[in-house]
Amino acid sequence: MTFLKVGLEHYLVLSGVLFVLGLLCVATRRNAVGVLMGVELILNAANVNFVAFSHYVTGGVGGHVFTVFVIMLAAAEAAVALAIVIALYQQYRSIAVDEADTMRQ
Amino acid sequence: MIFEGLTPGDFLFYALAGLILASAALVVLSRNILYSAFALLGTLLGVAGLYVYLAADFLAVVQVLVYVGGVLTLILFSVMMTSHIGDVKVSNQSAGLLWALPVAAVLATVLGYAAKSTPWLTLREPAANPTTARIGNAFLGDYLLPFEIASVLLLVALVGAVVLARHQVRGAEKRGAA
Repeated sequence: MTFLKVGLEHYLVLSGVLFVLGLLCVATRRNAVGVLMGVELILNAANVNFVAFSHYVTGGVGGHVFTVFVIMLAAAEAAVALAIVIALYQQYRSIAVDEADTMRQ
Repeated sequence: MIFEGLTPGDFLFYALAGLILASAALVVLSRNILYSAFALLGTLLGVAGLYVYLAADFLAVVQVLVYVGGVLTLILFSVMMTSHIGDVKVSNQSAGLLWALPVAAVLATVLGYAAKSTPWLTLREPAANPTTARIGNAFLGDYLLPFEIASVLLLVALVGAVVLARHQVRGAEKRGAA
């Protein structure tokens, strides 16, 4: 029963399940901020993957550097996405993603 | 017999993994968006703990500072600003969860199987060294150009976010006054 001893596969399975949960959140949420939370889950799953590979396979910091880039880009993307959500709210008075369905003003 | 060869660190991993997956499930399934936001806090802190366990000390601190202190605060602000102030029970229904769950289960099984059955070439003894100096050297050495581009991108994104959120307020005021 040595599959319980923590190795690389455990981190990959964890990040896979976290990724699928984030995908579920993006696919099924009506609230725009809920969709953004799913995107954050997906990015965190990828980060866990990077760091696990960097620890178990490479031993260097390549995975860590890429994770810092992902965190930077996630922060920038969250800022822009939430600005869009606020603009959407001011236009439609609601942030349900299926209510923003017109192409004109 | 099941638990032979397990160190206390392994139980820590399982505790962190349980926290992360339970919080993520709460993010997906909760009907109240404020509960989802706080469950996201649990997930992000669990991932930071996982980074500490993986000897990624710099990343754990960056995760707490930027993700929890920045992104999560932004999300909470936007939840508060886009609902009626007195009504924090913003409804957050899920559409089509019944059809999405089997697809998600299949995808998770495929990913888990791929992770388990690939013969990964792992190091015999993963080392636990401090990483901050090495990451700093990498940023100013091998990864200098992406670092500078990411800095410019951050600046552009934040200026753009201010313009996006601001311009509409002016327009709404003009339309309200007219």
